[in-house]
Amino acid sequence: MSKTGTIGDSVFRTILIIFAATIIVIVVAMIAMMVQNSLPTIREFGLGFLTGRRWQPASDIFGALPFIYGTIVSSVIALVLAVPLSLGIAIFLVEQAPQKIARPIAFMVELLAAIPSVVYGLWGIFVLAPFIRSYLGPVLQSYLGWLPLFQGRLTGIGMLTGGMIMALMVTPIVTAVVRDVLEAVSTTQREAALALGATKWETTTIVLGNAASGIAGAVVLGLGRALGETMAVTMVIGNSPQISSSLFEPAYTIASVLAANFAEATDKLYLSALIEMGLVLFLVTFIVNAFAKLLVIRVARRSGAH
Amino acid sequence: MSNEAVHNRRKLISMVMTTLTAACAVIAIAILTIILTYIGYKGVAAINWEFLVETPKPVGEGGGIGNAIVGSAIMTLLASLIGLPIGIGAGVYLAEFGDKWFGSTVRFVADTLIGVPSIIVGIFVYTLVVLPMTRQSGFAGSLSLAIIMIPIVARTTEEMIRLVPKSMREGALALGAPQWRVTWNIVLPAAASGIATGAMLSIARISGETAPLLFTALNSRFYNFYVDQPMSSLTVQIYNFATGPFEVEHQMAWAATLILVGLILVINILVRMFTKKKY
Repeated sequence: MSKTGTIGDSVFRTILIIFAATIIVIVVAMIAMMVQNSLPTIREFGLGFLTGRRWQPASDIFGALPFIYGTIVSSVIALVLAVPLSLGIAIFLVEQAPQKIARPIAFMVELLAAIPSVVYGLWGIFVLAPFIRSYLGPVLQSYLGWLPLFQGRLTGIGMLTGGMIMALMVTPIVTAVVRDVLEAVSTTQREAALALGATKWETTTIVLGNAASGIAGAVVLGLGRALGETMAVTMVIGNSPQISSSLFEPAYTIASVLAANFAEATDKLYLSALIEMGLVLFLVTFIVNAFAKLLVIRVARRSGAH
Repeated sequence: MSNEAVHNRRKLISMVMTTLTAACAVIAIAILTIILTYIGYKGVAAINWEFLVETPKPVGEGGGIGNAIVGSAIMTLLASLIGLPIGIGAGVYLAEFGDKWFGSTVRFVADTLIGVPSIIVGIFVYTLVVLPMTRQSGFAGSLSLAIIMIPIVARTTEEMIRLVPKSMREGALALGAPQWRVTWNIVLPAAASGIATGAMLSIARISGETAPLLFTALNSRFYNFYVDQPMSSLTVQIYNFATGPFEVEHQMAWAATLILVGLILVINILVRMFTKKKY
């Protein structure tokens, strides 16, 4: 090889390595900066920060539990609603619908993911919240009102509205991953089942069984998205740091307390408390996403071996 | 139960389940349609020329989102200038040299960065740029958007380059071309349209981001072309209008949303039309 070739090669390669390394530098710097800037509250409160129930920035009392509670409960609501819906859509698209119908429908579901979070929030405030206040809420209260979950005042703004709007946003992502996972299951399995006389649905259950860990991965990935969902939830969840058993009551999530208060937090300890919550959210979503990836990869590998 | 009864029952279950899964698809399409028609219906009613060029005014005096449109355009452009070269470069590395430990590490970190909530990116840039500069700026906003863009562009670029057949590389190498020429003159042009669609989708994605701009770019009531000053954006403006107390603001929120969603839909549909021919 000519000399200019080898020099060119090493220069080219070095430039590309720098670009690739930038991604690692960003994530490392992200962790370092957040740890450094949350040291004041880590020193002051230790682990008590995570279990404290009181949040009074004016008197320097910072307990993150109401936000952790709100984040978990709203995400659970989102998954309870989004997972069956996404499974249904994905099964329909991969196993049932003819290609001609499946393609445009798949595209429309993808468009749901392209709509910005703040737009879901706007729609949530002016369409979903009034709907829950006037229709869904009263119905739930008249049939299930004996449950503490559905007691309390109906304003339309609260935990349930936050969870429902999250469900809409998580659905296209879970659907997309489940579709990929189902498509990765070998066609010979479907043919074998059909040849033995199984009905379409019985064939589908066999496919689902084989794709189980990948579907679990899709659900965990949806959880990761729900935990970090910010704008739409901030706009409809009511932003009140309380732990209430009622889903109609206003609540608060980690992401939404950051969105709503970060710009005004000038006090050093207050800022540190918010950044520490950001750090917690980062670590949790990091672990959840890594776990999801492992589950999805396992399916891809196994079907690759067929 | 007779054989035939069992058979009929199994067929019935199968049909019911097919109907249920189809119903799920119908629900999703219905939701999309409801959201889009509502935006169209509310937005068209409030939109006019003055709204597109004016700056925000006190409630009741009209005003518009001209500065927000310009701010969004500047920040999206600057973010693309920072994010696209890094993202595409990293993607080329992953596809062409990324099969060893360093490549897998970058790939894993990129995937986790994609999953990081965008508000965390905002916090990071706040500590990195806003605190030392002691003020919010359009640059800080652009940097946040660029960081969101980089891993997405890197991963789509990698996928697109991996679609280029090995035989093309081998042919060029056999003719005596050095590796960098093969990548630069053969592989990249072959993957260019795929990389471009990935880039377009990432631009659509960042143009809808709000959370990372809230405390990095903040907002501004004026036309501002200097990226060292706080800068308005369509998304932050929508958030402020939507959470404001007045009906006039809500109408403006819908009108601004119509423009934002219209833009994002156009990009998505165009990308879809161009890629449909190829695959």
